[in-house]
Amino acid sequence: MAQSDNTADAPAKVNAARRLVLATVPLAVAAVIGLFLYRGLSLDPGQIPSALINKPAPDFSLSAVQGRELGLDTEDLKGEVSLVNVFASWCVACRAEHPLFTELGRQGVVTIHGLNYKDRPKDAAEWLDRYGDPYTRTGADVDGRVGIEFGVYGVPETFVVDKNGVIVEKIIGPVTPHILKEKLLPLIAELKR
Amino acid sequence: MIRAVLVAVMLWATSLPAHAIYADPPLPDPAQEERAQELMRILRCLVCQNQAIHDSNAPLAKDLRVLVRERIAAGDTDEQAVDYIVERYGDWVLLNPPFKATTLALWFGPVLVFLLGAASIVVYQRRHRAEAVAAAPLTADERKRLDRLMDDGSGA
Repeated sequence: MAQSDNTADAPAKVNAARRLVLATVPLAVAAVIGLFLYRGLSLDPGQIPSALINKPAPDFSLSAVQGRELGLDTEDLKGEVSLVNVFASWCVACRAEHPLFTELGRQGVVTIHGLNYKDRPKDAAEWLDRYGDPYTRTGADVDGRVGIEFGVYGVPETFVVDKNGVIVEKIIGPVTPHILKEKLLPLIAELKR
Repeated sequence: MIRAVLVAVMLWATSLPAHAIYADPPLPDPAQEERAQELMRILRCLVCQNQAIHDSNAPLAKDLRVLVRERIAAGDTDEQAVDYIVERYGDWVLLNPPFKATTLALWFGPVLVFLLGAASIVVYQRRHRAEAVAAAPLTADERKRLDRLMDDGSGA
């Protein structure tokens, strides 16, 4: 494939240029593919971007979890920054993140509402009694229809709602101290300004 | 007799999973039920991800099947029913990505890469052939040497 060495000066230059192209193009292509693959390493296929970001919270109205007074509806999400935490007594990961919310509730950093997803009323009440109830308002979504309105596909999920009742962010899966510190708290502080 | 009963039981047992999939009550109108089933085949189960809600037994898939039937029964067109779910779950809920500006690369990327590859093969081949044709004829010296070599070889 390579040209013989006894060609004239001009073609030799052309060959050098061609060799450079032949060497760099595959390298560049490999680099681009590599970048995509590298990006893929840190993408979690379980995290489906929400279709509701920057949209008003859906229309809904739910009565409170058994033994609680305040139900939850769309209007309740207007007027102040709030978190809507989708939880269920049957959800193990909810239990893992729950202490974070009880602590957050005690500090009064932000109003937290609980959306109880597909739970038996009695189970939900007992669960909150046992593990603590940080929620200002709760909504019992027994058949999961409000969950669908919110695009919920796995519990726990946590929505950040701004003063105007618009969904700003959604955390899928349990909120960790890291997510709370790096993402939620700065966002809440910014929204409250 | 016993064998016949055994065979019958085994046949019945193998047919069980097929029934389990269609456990939810169908719509009374067969035409509407048919449309609803079609939609269930193009909607992704968000829990199991590479399965349609049609044949997933995840609770959410079941809820979405109920929802699709409800929308169809309420007089939604296929498009309206699908849009209703896409509004809440995003394009990802469709097993086939929609055709729009943000998905152009997805639809045309492979074709583009194929065309680039094909073009480079054609260009390479053509250049290669041109070089082969352009090869200079043998000089008189070279011809003499070649002839000598050929003569030597013939004796072997």
